[in-house]
Amino acid sequence: MALRVGIDVGGTHTDAAILDEGNRIVGTSKSDTTPDVTTGIRKALMGVLDESGVDPRQIKAAMFGTTHCTNAIVERRELARTALIRVGRPGAEAIEPLVEWPLELREAIGDISYLVHGGHEYTGEEIVPQREDEIREVAKELKERKVEAAAICSIFSPVNSDHERRVAQLVEAELGPDVPITLSYEIGSIGLLERENSAVLNAAVVKVAGRAIEAFEDAMRDAGIVGASLYLSQNDGTLMSAEYARKYPIFTVASGPTNSIRGAAFLTGMSDGIVVDIGGTTTLVGVLVKGFPRESSIAVEIGGVRTNFRMPDLIASGCGGGTVVRSSDGGIKLGPQSVGYRLTQEGLAWGGDTVTTTDIALASRYAKIDDPRCDVGRLEGLEEGFLSAAVDKIVLNLEESIDKIKTDPSPMPLVLVGGGGLLIPQSRYGGIKGVSEIKRPSSYQYANAIGAAIAQVSGQIDKIYSLDSTSREKVLEAAKTSAIDRAVTAGADPSTVDIVELEEIALPYLPGNAVRVRVKAAGDLIL
Amino acid sequence: MWSLNRQDVEDLSTGAAILGTGGGGDPYLGKLMAFSVLEKGMKIEVISPEDVPDDALIIPSAAMGTPTVLIEKISKGDEVVQAFRRLEKYYGQEVFATMPLEAGGVNSVNPLTVGARCGIPIVDADGMGRAFPELQMTTFNVHGVPCSPMTLVDEKGNVVMLDAVDNNWAEKLARVVTIRFGGTAWISLYPMFGRDVKRAGIHHTLSLARDIGRAVREARASKEDPVDAVLGITGGFRLFEGKIVDVERKTVAGFARGEARLEGIDDCAGESMLIQFQNENLVAIRDGEIVCSVPDLISLLDVDTGLPITTEYLRYGFRVVVVGMPTNDKWRTPEALEVVGPRYFGYDIDYIPIEDRAKGV
Repeated sequence: MALRVGIDVGGTHTDAAILDEGNRIVGTSKSDTTPDVTTGIRKALMGVLDESGVDPRQIKAAMFGTTHCTNAIVERRELARTALIRVGRPGAEAIEPLVEWPLELREAIGDISYLVHGGHEYTGEEIVPQREDEIREVAKELKERKVEAAAICSIFSPVNSDHERRVAQLVEAELGPDVPITLSYEIGSIGLLERENSAVLNAAVVKVAGRAIEAFEDAMRDAGIVGASLYLSQNDGTLMSAEYARKYPIFTVASGPTNSIRGAAFLTGMSDGIVVDIGGTTTLVGVLVKGFPRESSIAVEIGGVRTNFRMPDLIASGCGGGTVVRSSDGGIKLGPQSVGYRLTQEGLAWGGDTVTTTDIALASRYAKIDDPRCDVGRLEGLEEGFLSAAVDKIVLNLEESIDKIKTDPSPMPLVLVGGGGLLIPQSRYGGIKGVSEIKRPSSYQYANAIGAAIAQVSGQIDKIYSLDSTSREKVLEAAKTSAIDRAVTAGADPSTVDIVELEEIALPYLPGNAVRVRVKAAGDLIL
Repeated sequence: MWSLNRQDVEDLSTGAAILGTGGGGDPYLGKLMAFSVLEKGMKIEVISPEDVPDDALIIPSAAMGTPTVLIEKISKGDEVVQAFRRLEKYYGQEVFATMPLEAGGVNSVNPLTVGARCGIPIVDADGMGRAFPELQMTTFNVHGVPCSPMTLVDEKGNVVMLDAVDNNWAEKLARVVTIRFGGTAWISLYPMFGRDVKRAGIHHTLSLARDIGRAVREARASKEDPVDAVLGITGGFRLFEGKIVDVERKTVAGFARGEARLEGIDDCAGESMLIQFQNENLVAIRDGEIVCSVPDLISLLDVDTGLPITTEYLRYGFRVVVVGMPTNDKWRTPEALEVVGPRYFGYDIDYIPIEDRAKGV
């Protein structure tokens, strides 16, 4: 029997879940995330193999949801010394590259940027020709300044990528093949600054991602999982191969919430509704549309940098299982402070002196935690009035987030996942505003790892077609078919493959009424 | 004369977005351009209209173009410097200062970069005191200042000078040139003298925008109500507090027209409000009764942050405070109301100043 394992490496916990061919959950386990990552993953893998009694050789695919790249950007560590080359002179000088980046992040990547001649009009015509001497000069300087990665972004490169590709050739000739180069047209769409930011962030985390992937491979080998393919989950809920992820690691930054939402959909069989993931410090609320997270329509910031990635639409609020609860003149105040993973030292029930939302849930007797260190007797001093007001506030907070994310006033079903799901009393499930019913599936704490395990595999094409001797419909049909073929080749079950993304860009500069079509198809992985 | 620092620019952008009354374009790119000149060590200096000599040449400047091109083709930055050199030859006089055309939206911030790069101040005034969708909707126009000669410049260095017979021709010709430039142009128009600024301009609007932005920031930092801060500075009114329950839009003749329905929350529970817009918010109707109309300013501010929500981002579920702010007195004359009054926008109603409407309540 071929099995798959999903692993979610979070800030506090590393979770693992094994699923069989029929998508039945064979085993789950949770362990602490460790600073060296490998140890935590190895423990989680050993744990889940132990619990389920599965032979590690039966595991044919391992899917990792990782926050390594996100954390590297947010915490400004391990980032590569990255040079940006913006192609756009004589224009493009009015806004300095990286000008709105947080200063520490800018310094963490070396703050190296150059502007060279080139770029295209929206029609695809050259604004001005490139100057090769100028580019060679820059490439030499990059070598002298010992850059570890480079990002290249030219004006209207999604319409015409010639200039980006030429700069890349000249830079690689000078720096050699070991310095990763990110071309903006491969990862972003129209909107120069956001695309440029995304390209720079991608280049800066290529090495972080490479090391993380090696750690995953080591942990798998240590756990005896050999012969399994390694995948990473992406922002859009589909999988990418480890090889692809090494080149485009930035596509992993929002995979955490995406996995939760997809996991919640899977655990309940729901395809449309609201998903609430309550963790240690935050509550994330997202929306499921046809089994996928609804995407955000406005610019998304990563680590303080504006990007134009397709990301799940999320409402985050500072209420999690470790959130500090206080009474203030007007009533109850939740957070914004949280004890996070220190809950088991600082929480009142664990003998600490901080009242957290978890303490409220325990004292109100609607939640139980199976932990010998946790003693509900310590909570007897909490007054009844305070407890019920705090529970009201927790519920109100949830209701407000739900209301903010909805686009339609009619009540919708809701799935509650994440370790902090126990904060919402079951007695209130019937009375949450804007919600028709609440489901808390049995493996709710593992929604994230399960979401990674069930993620779909995708195939993508990005190709220029001429509309001269054929119709737009036929071109789109042809593009969809080749994307589907690629998804199937990558291991997708043909009966489940669907188009998940389609973008068309007119290329008026090319003869023959040309159009660039990008299509992504995704389907369930068969092993 | 005084200088703006990075924080001032940030505050001014926030204020400009609020004065944009839902339209005017996101000041984001203009703000980044201003950050860039500051980072290069250039100075953004602002001069009061009273301090401008009567015979000094003042040329307002702005960016024009298709949104998708504006966000992709970042400009060179010194385009308008070239335009000003040409106009100086035309007038035989140096340009003394530049000025925004509108106080709301991105074009209130763009002239900051122009002034810094030319080494000239920016006059603390504009021709709208808010944002409006059309070029002739300026107090300059109402007071007889012509829009021509107008210049258009691109990043390649092309300069086109237009001397159009009227504002309609100026708009038509400018549109064609902008497309041939590659979709964007930097424009300078309504050239005038110091004495014209004094009689035809709306004064102290850059300071107003900065003060509004600063008040919002400070109120948020000290956990006070940012909406009260905005009302305190603008003399405005809290018209409604509610949740957006429906947004309907359509594009008519190049304008984004539409309406948003709100359901009351807190003190307004049980009531409803309808906001109608054409790029900018035009009228606010509470339970069937108009409570504020153009040219008075109507802005939707986020309940928690006090930050404005533009018409293109309006969505179900947003909780907003609708504020109405009195327009400048220059817009309250019969001649001015012909250009920007409710009837121009197709409403068969007389304009009643918001202060009077508020008294009636």
